[in-house]
Amino acid sequence: MRICVVGCGAVGSLFAANLAQLDDVEVWAYDASQAHVDAINANGLRLSGAGEVTGRLNATTDASALPPCDYGIVATKAMHTDAAIAATAHAFADGYVATVQNGLGNEQTLARHVERVIRGTTFPAGKILEPGHVQWDVKGDTTLGPYDERTPLEVVERLADACTRGGMPTKAVADARGPQWRKVIFNASTNPIGALTGLTHGRVCERPDLRALVGGLVDEGKAVAAAQDIVLDADPEDLIDHAAQKHVAYDHKASMLQDVEAKRQTEIDYLNGGIARFGREYGVPTPLNDAIWALVKGVEASW
Amino acid sequence: MMSVCVAGAGTIGSLLAGHLGRVTDVSVLVRREEHARALNRDGLRVSGRADFTARVTASTEPADLPVPDLVIVACKGSDLEGVAARLEGEFDGATVMTIQNGLGAEEVVAARGAWPLLSSVTFMSGTRHSDTHVEYILDTETWIGPNRGTTANDARLVADLLDTSGLKAQAFDDLRPAQWSKLVFNATVNGVAALTGLPHDPHFAGEPLGDLVHALVDEGKAAAAASGVELWEDPWEMNVLATQRGSAHSPSMLEDVRAQRPTEVELINGSLVRAAHAAGVPVPLQETIYALVRGKEAGYSA
Repeated sequence: MRICVVGCGAVGSLFAANLAQLDDVEVWAYDASQAHVDAINANGLRLSGAGEVTGRLNATTDASALPPCDYGIVATKAMHTDAAIAATAHAFADGYVATVQNGLGNEQTLARHVERVIRGTTFPAGKILEPGHVQWDVKGDTTLGPYDERTPLEVVERLADACTRGGMPTKAVADARGPQWRKVIFNASTNPIGALTGLTHGRVCERPDLRALVGGLVDEGKAVAAAQDIVLDADPEDLIDHAAQKHVAYDHKASMLQDVEAKRQTEIDYLNGGIARFGREYGVPTPLNDAIWALVKGVEASW
Repeated sequence: MMSVCVAGAGTIGSLLAGHLGRVTDVSVLVRREEHARALNRDGLRVSGRADFTARVTASTEPADLPVPDLVIVACKGSDLEGVAARLEGEFDGATVMTIQNGLGAEEVVAARGAWPLLSSVTFMSGTRHSDTHVEYILDTETWIGPNRGTTANDARLVADLLDTSGLKAQAFDDLRPAQWSKLVFNATVNGVAALTGLPHDPHFAGEPLGDLVHALVDEGKAAAAASGVELWEDPWEMNVLATQRGSAHSPSMLEDVRAQRPTEVELINGSLVRAAHAAGVPVPLQETIYALVRGKEAGYSA
């Protein structure tokens, strides 16, 4: 089985290095960073932290160097999906392409370039320490499911099995929208509040007015999911309260806050912007998500 | 000619004291000794739309200053409690005028003494270059109306004094329509600027931020209507007009957030939200801005 990870940042690297442990899988990685690619080819891709793993794989910045692959795993930031899949689509002419990205709309973007798409949501997280070396912060589950009838569940199960054997526990399900929307609602209701105020997750949740705002954002997201008959696999409210505990993620600075501090484009269009877009499509008003989306777009415009 | 004490010499206080110092006796109540010494020594220079230096008498103690006919409390809203407390028991016989953004400044001052009160709001702006130098940038009007124990005629006398000094002023029989127009405008524009980091530029009238600004203004208008106030100007039109001026103004709340200073969020956004609740009008978006700005203050130096 040949798998290409498209976008070998922190999350992509977790998949690539773990899958490279398997004898029956040949791993490729496509990434825009020449330094990262060179380091991987010279010394392998090293993970440390939650797990110590070094994977041997073929990395390239040149999409035309990719051989035909059975699977793609797209792990770029959401705003880079279109360019990344446009460049690599030829490698998946007979294969299946999974997204493990944040947000809404990535599957639709992939489906404009490739025939067979797998929807996915992943919880593990990390950060790049230096080229070729990634800090594995949190372990967690991944859920994959067919995007439409062109992708049979058995094909998804084969990829999930490989990921699980490699050390990334992954479930294949018929409808992966539940976990996807649970994560999107969680992120859209918490990340931008941290980004706009500068507060950590725990400090947002202990202010009653901000916690009420988070709850209002969650309610809108749930209403948009319900209008599409999506059954969430867990209540985002419970996850938010769980994460706010001192020993869990009280001091966690949302990735969007880190983006804002570094003046990097955020994923707001795919989080609150995505919920608002689906809301309009299904006739569910989302005034709070609209407001938060507009404010973060304003922050980006101020740079 | 009416003598004046300006309490608080930030940008607005300095613009008032400097201009008025050309035409009448002006004293200035400040917080720092060094500031008082500099003003007594050098006077107060106004540049920009005018260029002159006015003599003023400054002190950190109200008791050191002559009792004026008019006290203008010109400090920022976030300093109002402290300044009002220092006026308690002083300046008996003077009329006191507030000029803070938002609602409720009159009540804060009223609680500290029995002076007759005037209300005002100002749209002028400037940049304070030093303790003794302020640049006059926007020569927009100050609006004045009667409050406790005063009449429209008292407001008119003060407006005339400001006009004579080179500032622009207008007297109203009832300031509330104008005060509310500015309240809705400030709660919206200052809040959005503080949260996004954008000065008041064309983004505020475009997509997608203009949609939010419009929705925030609509909530404010509904709160005003339910409070029995017919707005003097449409805050949305004020917003559009201001974004077309060419040079984008940084609202004070944005300046405060940049410098990690306490903002006027309570007098502005807090007043609007509380008034809306009292009138039974839902304002979820204004509540969002209020909560986020308060959260941003809580995150200073984090």
